[in-house]
Amino acid sequence: MHQDKFEKVAGNGLINRRYLLGLGLSGVGIAAASSVLGADSALKIEIPTWSKVPGPGASAYGRRSTHTEHMQRLARPPDPFYPGGGASLSPLQHLQGTITPNSLHFERHHAGVPNISPAEHKLVINGLVRQPLVFDYEDLLKYPMVSKIHFLECSGNSGSLLRGGNADGTAQSLHGLVSCAEWTGIPLSTLLDEAGVLPKARWVAAVGADAASMGRSVPLNKALDDVLVALYQNGEPVRPEQGYPMRLFCPGWEGNISVKWLTHLKLTNEPAQFRDETSKYTDTQPDRSSYQFTFRMGTKSLITSPSGQMALNRQGFYKVTGIAWSGSGSIRRVEVSADGGRSWADALIESNQFEKALTRFSIPWEWNGGDAVLQSRATDDQGNVQPTRDAVIADQGAINFYHNPCIQSWGINSAGEVSNVYI
Amino acid sequence: MSIFKPLGYITFAISIVQFGLLAYSQEAVRLGTPISEGQLAEFDLIATPDGSGFPEGSGTAREGKAVYDTRCAACHAATGEGISGRTVIAGGDMQSEETPLRTVGSYWPYASTIFDFVRRAMPADAPKSLSNEEVYQVTAYVLYLNGIIQEDTLINADSLNAIKMPNADGFIDRSHIQ
Repeated sequence: MHQDKFEKVAGNGLINRRYLLGLGLSGVGIAAASSVLGADSALKIEIPTWSKVPGPGASAYGRRSTHTEHMQRLARPPDPFYPGGGASLSPLQHLQGTITPNSLHFERHHAGVPNISPAEHKLVINGLVRQPLVFDYEDLLKYPMVSKIHFLECSGNSGSLLRGGNADGTAQSLHGLVSCAEWTGIPLSTLLDEAGVLPKARWVAAVGADAASMGRSVPLNKALDDVLVALYQNGEPVRPEQGYPMRLFCPGWEGNISVKWLTHLKLTNEPAQFRDETSKYTDTQPDRSSYQFTFRMGTKSLITSPSGQMALNRQGFYKVTGIAWSGSGSIRRVEVSADGGRSWADALIESNQFEKALTRFSIPWEWNGGDAVLQSRATDDQGNVQPTRDAVIADQGAINFYHNPCIQSWGINSAGEVSNVYI
Repeated sequence: MSIFKPLGYITFAISIVQFGLLAYSQEAVRLGTPISEGQLAEFDLIATPDGSGFPEGSGTAREGKAVYDTRCAACHAATGEGISGRTVIAGGDMQSEETPLRTVGSYWPYASTIFDFVRRAMPADAPKSLSNEEVYQVTAYVLYLNGIIQEDTLINADSLNAIKMPNADGFIDRSHIQ
């Protein structure tokens, strides 16, 4: 038998992922059992008080445990010159699996959340169509719908990493502008077919019913491919902060093009050149030219535990876990390094590997009490590999802060403190 | 109660018929109500570089100053230098050595976007409260603050979209990567 308790597959303590499956785990179980036997004879398990009195009965609307109320979105402070504008970030380090609860899904608003009465809301299709149409909410509920699990990520997610700093950052504060849900809605192609798209049409200008009437232009090819008019999010009507009563949903693309509170679709020959596709959400390069219409989100992953501001309280066995996603397809592979990228080991894929959806990975790790740098690196089914931070900066400079898919490095010191580091 | 039972069966039967139509004759649900472009004149706020979507009207920077001072200057400051980084709308140089200040004048590729955005989203505390005439006037004033037009240049749909913005050639279209 190997001298180590577990089979190491990469530097600084990474253990073969099969120990998280059946076979290897028996070894863990034996080790744990032998260390507990006789370890603390004073240990006594009693019936808790809550097992001795009936609790409250059924309720009309569910609430989470009072013991999990610290799991909150992190809202950026309001800007008096930007009424209702801003964002809140999802607490990635507290979540497991791949579906983000609706109440913790990240937000990004350009003029606040409108309070829309569905009975008065209209969805208009006009422009280069045979027949302009208007739809009521109740009518749209009668259409055949599809349900797809997809991530949504703000193009500004992780952008602050390119500028340095953030030693005190958490998975949430640095990367929390990504979430994942089951979106149920009508394929946009269904509604466009009904209006009759004219041959000259190349783009669909989409506008929301918020105070900014936020707009983005979507290429017709995408609109006819996999775009939804989403009415439900994880089984319930889309939440107000996600676009109630309906939003556009463009799988794999930068979040703001999935226009919320969708009220207007106009078929055009050229992009509308809205503010949010010219002045904002364009990517200035080192030579001062700017990329316009960078739609697709990158191939990306992130370790959510251990992650920034956590602390390892003992040496020994840990499960390293995180999320991976790609705007180009499904996640094929996630590798993890504990030595700052010198050696890598394949992580176990814990969840379904849906296209353009979060995928959960994990790998066992034995911390020896010394310095470590944990990283993860995703590869998607198109062969795209997540880049290092240095590679992203070399490629696009640091003026632009949109579309940063870079590898996150979590440094761990001998006290077990985890923080964001640049290597 | 007995009255409702037969109705329930009828509804069930109808839904089977509808499902059958959907599944076998490719007949789609079509519940959109036809409407004319004329009926959408007030609703459709999309004004684009080809001149489409612009209402009647015009304005000059000289006229726009009064509107700007009352409705815009609180956030964007007297000459567009802004109260915060987010509200700067004039000045800047894309070729500056430090990180370039991106404003309407230094960055925006199309003049139409000024009209389109101001009409739909400004002023931030009371969007859509300006008349079309005022939007033309403010658009002219913002162009004037950026040194792009003269104080008395008449801005209407045609003259606005004839303007070539200073950074018009500064963008690379990546929309083919989908």
